[in-house]
Amino acid sequence: MSIYPDLFATFAKVGVMTFGGGYAMLPILQREVVDNKGWATEEELVDYFAIGQCTPGIIAVNTATFIGQKQRGVLGGIVSTLGLVFPSLVIISLLAGVITTFSHLAWVNHAFAGIRVCVCILILNAVIKLLKKSVIDVPAGILFAAVALCAYFTSLSPVWFVLLAAVAGIILKNLGGKKA
Amino acid sequence: MMSVLSVRVMLFLRLFFEFFKTGLFAVGGGMATIPFLYNMADSTGWFTRMDVDNMIAVGESTPGPIGVNMATYVGYITGSGEGGLPLAILGAVVATLGLITPSIIVILIIASFLKSFRDNRYVESAFYGLRPASTGLIAAAGLSVIVANLFFTETLAGGFSLAFFNWKGIVLAAVLWVLTNKVKQTKKLHPIIFIGASAVVGIVLGM
Repeated sequence: MSIYPDLFATFAKVGVMTFGGGYAMLPILQREVVDNKGWATEEELVDYFAIGQCTPGIIAVNTATFIGQKQRGVLGGIVSTLGLVFPSLVIISLLAGVITTFSHLAWVNHAFAGIRVCVCILILNAVIKLLKKSVIDVPAGILFAAVALCAYFTSLSPVWFVLLAAVAGIILKNLGGKKA
Repeated sequence: MMSVLSVRVMLFLRLFFEFFKTGLFAVGGGMATIPFLYNMADSTGWFTRMDVDNMIAVGESTPGPIGVNMATYVGYITGSGEGGLPLAILGAVVATLGLITPSIIVILIIASFLKSFRDNRYVESAFYGLRPASTGLIAAAGLSVIVANLFFTETLAGGFSLAFFNWKGIVLAAVLWVLTNKVKQTKKLHPIIFIGASAVVGIVLGM
């Protein structure tokens, strides 16, 4: 029997059971992919996660591509990733339709005004958590502050900040390396 | 008829391209896509910044990775602006595929030389710069969300603008911050609980 339907279905299941993404997905992947299917070891999963975090894109998507690729090459990677995003497509399309239909109601707007206040705090908490991991010394702190201010006060595309920061990282690290 | 069709094809191509760009440059997961979504709202007019704020909440409270959920939601809104349900669903699919395509390509390339990628000195040093920058971009986005939702701005005659505190919002934000950071019993709770509670508070207080 072909493994592709199994890859699609397993990652669809992971997609349904993940709320929020990122680290929330790790225990579910451990159960489904490591324990149930044996498609990866615990160590490989942690490696995929670490790489997924520092490569472009959604961590969950990157991890699914890795595991699928390991099983059945390029097609396996694609099938697994499509499986992962499939539940989101169905659920969000249904929900977006409902929200659009009811968005003219006053109480729905009040509810979303309250929800957006909560979003402020969710982002604030996410930033504080990320700060602890990313701002590990003074130059990194300066880079953080410079990007935050420039991004807030200009309408430049975030792409430029990402490219410049990668170059800055290479220059800063390698200059530091020569001094030491 | 032909021109309507070609305009639509162009729109969906651009939708794919915008999300491809987001998927390629957003480093560090779902939250890192927020600055790109704001930029997209400003530069395309397909949806508003307020739509982005709403979709962060929807993305957090529904199954699936938050970044994927937000892309699907934006694609749906953009497509539905063009026509009925079929175009909305097409928009959702196109945006999501755009977002995941760069990931698939990048990961498939990296998977072939996994070990040397992780140990590469230049890759490592590039990420030393990328991580704080990505955090900075999310912080700037967070500041926009705070300004948009915790203050009312009013432009007076003569072009002066005044900012008023949204007191109900600020009090709710303060309570949420304490509950998510300081109170041992509540800080581990899933965000969906705080989102649901905030919706109820919003309705009760008529925010």
